[in-house]
Amino acid sequence: MLRKEYVTQFRRALVIAKKDIRIYYLKGPVIIFGVLIPLFLYLAFSIGRSIPINTLVAGLMAMTLFFTSTAVSPVIAPWETTMRTLERLVSTPVSVSTIILGDVMASLLFGILISVVPLVVGVVMGATVASLPILVGGIILAALCFSSLGGLLSTPPSSMPSTIMMLASLLKFPLIFISGIFIPLEQMPGWGQTLALFSPLTYFTDLARYATQGIGYFPVYVDVAVLVLFTVIFFFAAVKLHNRNLPKRL
Amino acid sequence: MSENAVEVNSLTKNYGELRAVDHISFEVKMGETFGFLGPNGAGKTTTIRMLTGVIKPDEGTASLMGYDIIRETLKAKETFGIVPETSNAYIDLSAWNNLMLMGELYGVPKKEREERATELLRRFDLYDRKDEKVKGFSKGMKQRLIICMALIHDPPLLFLDEPTTALDVQSARRIRNMLGEFNKKGTTIFLTTHNIEEANLLCDRIAIINHGRLAAIDRPQHLRSRIGGLNSVEVSFTKPADLEALVEVPYVREVRKLGDKVRLYTSSPSEVITHIVEYARETDSRIVTLQTLAPTLEDIFVKLIKEQEAGYDA
Repeated sequence: MLRKEYVTQFRRALVIAKKDIRIYYLKGPVIIFGVLIPLFLYLAFSIGRSIPINTLVAGLMAMTLFFTSTAVSPVIAPWETTMRTLERLVSTPVSVSTIILGDVMASLLFGILISVVPLVVGVVMGATVASLPILVGGIILAALCFSSLGGLLSTPPSSMPSTIMMLASLLKFPLIFISGIFIPLEQMPGWGQTLALFSPLTYFTDLARYATQGIGYFPVYVDVAVLVLFTVIFFFAAVKLHNRNLPKRL
Repeated sequence: MSENAVEVNSLTKNYGELRAVDHISFEVKMGETFGFLGPNGAGKTTTIRMLTGVIKPDEGTASLMGYDIIRETLKAKETFGIVPETSNAYIDLSAWNNLMLMGELYGVPKKEREERATELLRRFDLYDRKDEKVKGFSKGMKQRLIICMALIHDPPLLFLDEPTTALDVQSARRIRNMLGEFNKKGTTIFLTTHNIEEANLLCDRIAIINHGRLAAIDRPQHLRSRIGGLNSVEVSFTKPADLEALVEVPYVREVRKLGDKVRLYTSSPSEVITHIVEYARETDSRIVTLQTLAPTLEDIFVKLIKEQEAGYDA
């Protein structure tokens, strides 16, 4: 009985994901942003620098996946609050966790598809992939983790998407700098390495480096385990905070 | 299953210091059209939001079609469709896709939801524009679409929060006619409104809420007969009426001027008519029109709200 209810709610989460993709992701500007961002990042980091392409691919894939997976999901809840569609969604037979799961799944799909762009560009420029299964698994897991973070970032009970975007940027940009993208973890000072432990991006960057260069700072199982842990924490914190803040939104 | 579609027991909601809904209890019978009336800010929308699971009550219980709204929230939500106060279809989706989305969320099989969507869109005169994005729809069209969205899973219970507010007369009449038809087919309708005539036309029973408390709950006709002293005699004369003289007429409780007519509120219309004839003779005037009126729902509403507010002041 309970299992049947979980299956029903999962199906409804897929319906919400489909709705999100139609309304928020399949927009010209969103797709162009998703495709252009990794291309510009390549240009910014490759012109006039002598960074090896395999190092570049790992870092840029991490940045692209992080930005795209957390770009749209934080603003869906405030946007739907403003448009009064959140109230409709809440009155249908879906739980708050189903709504969040739907938003996360849409973001997950968008993140995975866009992360292919820097990978293809990197391969065209001569990058190699040491372990494709680890790379694919890592991308899926990290996209899930960052999308759940996006769900968490949408919890402040604001109906202004711009407010949420500003708050999200305050968190996202520092994470980029402490996650071993620009400076490999082993070259960071002690305090930097300590800070890096608290960023989920650190573990995907490390996984991506392992998958492309065959070397990693942490063992693969540690990267995977910590990403799973961050995903669970982000998702359940998002559900708890949405449940608490929903009455303030509606 | 219970014979009541809605059962509310001591439902309460606070917003900080403000008690928006204060221990209200009532039932809505299966197949009934139930009106929930009150002035703005009386607690109508808060009540409907608690019943539809949008917000949680602070105290009390309620059940919809036998399902507890707290313990069996998802089951309870499957039993109703809702037309909220403000329009909230997805404006970036077409009318058809909005209906498909709702049908999928309620678990309606594909073939069934397509057939039902087609039927509803035809019935509400939206079929020709089913593939257009809702952002281009007029207010009346949006409201009709929202009713279609509420009915896509053929619910036994329909909540409508001010469904005709801000609509033109034709659209409002059309929606009222549709509601009457659905009720005839057995759908229980819970309607919040501050339009007294709308409630009078549609509802089997009416609850009047003010300051979060129920002031009365009964059939419109019973409410009329329950409130004494609100019968009236409406009269017009060939000369302007002297209101000060008319208020002194025996058995008259209140006099109101309505255009060229005067309405005298009384519990004894026949006595008042006799005195009005005398008044016309004394003032060398002639009676142009004269009719006796039963109390309107609006009279009852105003009286109950005034009585309740006088109770608070005391």
